[in-house]
Amino acid sequence: MDIKKETIASLHEKLVNKDITAEALTNQALDNIKDDAEKLNTFITVNDKATEDAKKVDAEGFNDLLAGIPIGIKDNIVTNGIKTTAASKILYNFMPVYSATVMEKLAAAGAINVGKTNLDEFAMGSSTETSYYGTSVNPWDFSRVPGGSSGGSAAAVAAGEVVAALGTDTGGSIRQPAAFNGIFGIKPTYGRVSRWGVIAFASSLDQVGVMSKRVEDSATVLSVIAGHDDKDSTSSNKDVPDYRADLNKDMHGVKIAVPKEFWHEGTHPDVLDNVNKALEAYKKMGATVEEVSLPTLKHAVEVYYVLASSEASSNLQRYDGVRYGYRAKDVKNIKDLFVNSRSEGFGDEVKRRIMLGTFSLSAGAYDAYFKKAAEVRTIFINEMNDVLKDYDLIMGPSTTTPAFKIGEKVDDPLAMYMNDILTIPANLAGLPAASVPAGLADGMPVGLQIIGKPFAEQDVLNAAYALQEENKFYEQIPTALKGED
Amino acid sequence: MISKDEILHVATLANLKFQDDEVDSFVSQLDKIVGMESNLSSVDTTGVEPTYNMADTNSVFREDIGIHTQTREQMLENVPEVEDNLIKVPTIVDKEDAE
Repeated sequence: MDIKKETIASLHEKLVNKDITAEALTNQALDNIKDDAEKLNTFITVNDKATEDAKKVDAEGFNDLLAGIPIGIKDNIVTNGIKTTAASKILYNFMPVYSATVMEKLAAAGAINVGKTNLDEFAMGSSTETSYYGTSVNPWDFSRVPGGSSGGSAAAVAAGEVVAALGTDTGGSIRQPAAFNGIFGIKPTYGRVSRWGVIAFASSLDQVGVMSKRVEDSATVLSVIAGHDDKDSTSSNKDVPDYRADLNKDMHGVKIAVPKEFWHEGTHPDVLDNVNKALEAYKKMGATVEEVSLPTLKHAVEVYYVLASSEASSNLQRYDGVRYGYRAKDVKNIKDLFVNSRSEGFGDEVKRRIMLGTFSLSAGAYDAYFKKAAEVRTIFINEMNDVLKDYDLIMGPSTTTPAFKIGEKVDDPLAMYMNDILTIPANLAGLPAASVPAGLADGMPVGLQIIGKPFAEQDVLNAAYALQEENKFYEQIPTALKGED
Repeated sequence: MISKDEILHVATLANLKFQDDEVDSFVSQLDKIVGMESNLSSVDTTGVEPTYNMADTNSVFREDIGIHTQTREQMLENVPEVEDNLIKVPTIVDKEDAE
């Protein structure tokens, strides 16, 4: 059996029929991760207790679809007894003494955490190039980035190391790498999934989500991790549907809005071509597609970088070298301990965001930047919600280009930030959004973005499922991995 | 334009410091980014309430019941320097300050 061609459901069947044990399946995933490590660098830490965990599941049985299924976990989600770094030097030795709620839920379902995937430091980036542990690489072309920040999770799924992985998405960190790697990825509605135990970046934007080759696999995992959590007061009480059981590819009568501003002048023509073809496919399936306008989209990147950086500067105050993580040596007093630990422990991009945020929140700049951005956010949320009063879904490209070259944008922060223009809207408005493979542009994958109404994850999943069943993109093997097996 | 002095002031507020050769590139990068963010001033936000959080519930109450989470030993596991079961840090009050 080759795990790379399997789904959660097909693996579950084999586990139940005793064609394979969870232990053997986990070992195969671990072997694949180790085999790929040098070329792809998808994982920061491999869970050396995974085989033990799998043996326990073998003994307990496979009641849940996820029981015994190996899953990758983005390394900004804390895992009891497994090093959690957020890809930062400042947490190079951090060993959590508790697990995030999403990890408790996965464990209760019997899923096997095989390890912690690479990301941009503190999830701040679009390429994994800001990771202290080296960049991950795109399995379609080793000279290109896998995207970010959940780039390790995305590349691990695309390479078939795991069938599914958790990511987090603050401004596109699930959808952009999903698009770049030719896989599916969903960021649920803000509040759908508990953030307890997720290393905070921007608390009004962060959300945990799932990445997999197949829509139905993400649907399975999402139903497990979603739901209210007493430890996260922003998590919603709304019932969690069985997203997988309710998947429905019938697009008749579905009203799709296409914001003309998403057809951004900087967007690569091949990307638009693929997205247009996908929209044509939806029309043939019985959906209606109409153009709308989001005039404030042109300010979305500005709003996002003010608010996300401000929230980050506040959230990252806790890294001071006192209670955990990196502590600077040879300091004379407590102030030096704070300043030196932070200055030596954070990378440049994190420092840039902390500086931007501290500036935006400082006396003299607060009204013109932080408060102003929060007001423009309100205007933008209203624009998005107005569109969703008349339409079921908003669609467009997930990214302006396919995966760019490693090193291409790393020295130009502004170019890197503009990269996020198409994914930021869903975070600003807290809406569920996904990227589903639409095709190839010059050999590199292109993603279609699907945004839904609040808590309408099912609509987003259904539309993605309909396109998946049409183009069967999951059958493709990433170009750079072809011929290796 | 953001000046070098402003950047150094913000660095102090953020408990960060930069090497001399790093400061200039940070100043020019931050200046460009803040310049981009300044476009927000062109949006009319008269009468618009700011959105600071996205929670759909305002406040959450729970019973005041103590629960056991981590032990003292567990909480100290990640502390870089521990002495007598306490977190050890360098001098907090400089001698000159105290005089």
